[in-house]
Amino acid sequence: MTALLGAKSPLRRVAIFGGTHGNELSGVLLVKHWEEDGAEVQRTGLQVKPFIANPRAVQKGSRYIDCDLNRVFDPAHLGEEMPENSPYEVVRAQEIHRLFGPKGGKDAYDVILDLHNTTANMGCTLILETSKNDLLIQMFHYIKSCLAPRPCFVYLIDRPSLKYATTRSVAKHPVGVEVGPQPQGVLRADILDQMRRIVGHALDFIQYFNEGREFPACSLEVYRVMEKVDYPRKENGEIAAVIHPSLQDQDWKPLNPGDPVFLTLDGKTIPFDGDSTVYPVFVNEAAYYEKGEAFATTLKVTLTARSLNSSSP
Amino acid sequence: MSSTPSRGHQLDRVAVTGGTHGNELSGVYLVKHWLQNPSELQRGTFAATPFLANPKATKRCIRYLSQDLNRSFTRTFLTSKETQDGPYEVRQAQEINQLFGPKGSADAFDFIFDLHNTVSNMVACLILDSEENVFTMHMCHYIQKHTQGPCPIYLYGLPGQENYSLQSVAKNGLGLELGPQPHGVLRADVLSHMRALVACGLDFIDLFNQGTSFPAFDIVAYKIIEPMDFPQSPSGELLGFVHPQLQDKDFFPLKPGDPIFQLFSGEEIFYEGDATIYPAFINEAAYYEKGVAFYKMKKCTFSIPPLEAPEASAP
Repeated sequence: MTALLGAKSPLRRVAIFGGTHGNELSGVLLVKHWEEDGAEVQRTGLQVKPFIANPRAVQKGSRYIDCDLNRVFDPAHLGEEMPENSPYEVVRAQEIHRLFGPKGGKDAYDVILDLHNTTANMGCTLILETSKNDLLIQMFHYIKSCLAPRPCFVYLIDRPSLKYATTRSVAKHPVGVEVGPQPQGVLRADILDQMRRIVGHALDFIQYFNEGREFPACSLEVYRVMEKVDYPRKENGEIAAVIHPSLQDQDWKPLNPGDPVFLTLDGKTIPFDGDSTVYPVFVNEAAYYEKGEAFATTLKVTLTARSLNSSSP
Repeated sequence: MSSTPSRGHQLDRVAVTGGTHGNELSGVYLVKHWLQNPSELQRGTFAATPFLANPKATKRCIRYLSQDLNRSFTRTFLTSKETQDGPYEVRQAQEINQLFGPKGSADAFDFIFDLHNTVSNMVACLILDSEENVFTMHMCHYIQKHTQGPCPIYLYGLPGQENYSLQSVAKNGLGLELGPQPHGVLRADVLSHMRALVACGLDFIDLFNQGTSFPAFDIVAYKIIEPMDFPQSPSGELLGFVHPQLQDKDFFPLKPGDPIFQLFSGEEIFYEGDATIYPAFINEAAYYEKGVAFYKMKKCTFSIPPLEAPEASAP
């Protein structure tokens, strides 16, 4: 699954996943709407399948039933024998793997757009899992230029120790779409509109690529994950401080050593103890309290992609 | 409960409850902090008791386990005998009624502050059942004058409807509803705002206890009319969402003809009422399941009579 695969042959099968997390409603409602009326997501020469990834969690209105679906697409879980009381999401992952994979195989779907929301003030965010996929770098570059002047950030999660086995990773070209801030269980018109636009631009890109449009070599500014920073915690595991008001809502803005990051209920400020300026993301994401992540730090990196020319079918 | 501690007694039993909904985190963390260090809740004439109202839901960071605790304080639930295998929140409501009630009796606590968050843009909302609750209306007036920012008063009681809320266990009560804050998130700004409002409410009680009388005044408050549901298909699926022009406009006037919803198809739905209303709890996550996209409120002005200082207590 390398850049060459995408750069040479047309992309024919695209899936749009909503409800990988059942309480992130923009994707859930968009996919449900497109299942009823898919006109908006049809493109010439392309098969587009809207799909609810975690229907039981969607029904319940929760992130997951037993475990996070977006963390169980690793070989161990995908290959596991399924005893009676397996976690729902592991069973579901295997089903998704059958339908849209196999991961790494030539029959896998070409692209999965996986739609998410965050409570963090991240705006429009695209998530990249590798720095070496020219097709996706070009796609993201295209989407960013369409959305401009509205900012669109690219989050690169290629660090092996921090990589997680995402639902979308069964496809050859996995695309994470993350729009916030939106509370869990809420559907905001403005956030829905932004997500809708991103999906539209992504599908347009795929169609143009397939039609042979040339995309000249480009560069893309991305934010590469460095580390996850947890809340200060008490001995019993409870959080002992809140994200500092100076950091709250400041996703993608520079955080310098010594800047305030946490505030205790006794009024004590805890400063950032890093060595250099970083760019925080997922600041105060509700779902990450249990994962021990108050925010993640990133560094700005520039990726480049070769020009793209698709051979006509 | 529309009692005034008429020519009243000092208030000496006051509780502050958080985590009535386990994922509304400002109250959860304030109460946990005060359970370790209650000094902030102490005043010259009394000390307030902090209490985590729904510990199991709080542990799981969910609104409730079986049913909404803040709807469980009706006579039916409080006197129900089938509690062993019944809903957790019914047992919990009965326990709270034992600790801070019994509701409606002379032994009930004098006052409960019940701390909540909403995802809606309600800033800092003071919630009580009725303008007839003179003592609490005076407290609201005091809080409005002594804290920063908008602080609308929300009256939730409906004629003939039994008061179902936790705060109704005590002789008087006030809900503090702060937002916007996503459920399961703790924001520093919202936390400190809630803390200031609680402090102000306790200051008011202390002043009253010390023998202060408060003169009459006129005050604006928003009285509940009815809920407005989302546009839905016959099978209950959402067909649309709160219109971008209505989103975040809690307590702004909504006139007939103003847009309220947008469907996925792009079609707009307009408000068809006869008169201007004031929407509240616009797009509150927890209310989707209750069939409420927002509550229609009527803006009223009430004349509140003076509150006389209490009788001096026996030493």
